[in-house]
Amino acid sequence: MSSPEASHERPLSPHLQIYRWQITNTLSIVHRLTGFALSAGTLLLVYWLIAVATGPGRFAYAQALITSWPGQLLMLGWTFSLFYHLGNGIRHLSWDAGWGFELKTLRATGWLVVLFSLIMTGVCWWLAGAIPGIAP
Amino acid sequence: MKFRTPLSHARGLGSAKEGTGHWWAQRLTAIALVPLMLWFAWSIIGLTSADYATVHAWIAQPTNAGVLLILIYAAFYHSMLGLQVIIEDYVHVRWMELMLMILVRFASIILGVAAALAVVLIATGS
Repeated sequence: MSSPEASHERPLSPHLQIYRWQITNTLSIVHRLTGFALSAGTLLLVYWLIAVATGPGRFAYAQALITSWPGQLLMLGWTFSLFYHLGNGIRHLSWDAGWGFELKTLRATGWLVVLFSLIMTGVCWWLAGAIPGIAP
Repeated sequence: MKFRTPLSHARGLGSAKEGTGHWWAQRLTAIALVPLMLWFAWSIIGLTSADYATVHAWIAQPTNAGVLLILIYAAFYHSMLGLQVIIEDYVHVRWMELMLMILVRFASIILGVAAALAVVLIATGS
């Protein structure tokens, strides 16, 4: 920490080359990736809201983009990202409260988050397709 | 010879040169976003095959507009803090780190204001 320029390359942890991939660190990097994806997703939210504010023409164009197959693929990715980041975020908050650090609990809650995000993604898409106009 | 205590040395260090404010704000917005995003997902499901008038009326409804504004604030704040951490962790060239940090802050504010303005315009019917 004495000089900003290190005289030689120092090893950084974690040593990814020799680190055994397991559920815990996989979920950790996926949390970051989904967070990044959701940040990018806010662009669509802004675009969509502006389209509604502008008028029916723009709105129809936005809807056409979203319902196109690349649009739907992105929406599927964002649905999963949302529920994954939400579920794992709660897991993070529980750690902040000091709960769930035991290796057994850590792995169990990890798999629970995976299950939760997959089920919620499925349920959302099923609801959106099967029962249009169910919510407000 | 160092006369500073380990605590005073640790303060002001860290890649962002700031204290617990960032950490706390990220948690607060995270807690707020749990119910907000569940509400949002549920609402979007309901609006899946809705026409323009229905979507417009839904956003214009005062409660929805209000909750949307809070959601926009929390979401952009939270994403700005998250992106900042990613930049701190992976960008090690100082000037690039600074540029990206400024970009993320400015973009978050501009996009957040744009989204909020759209909601306000829809709600006021202008």
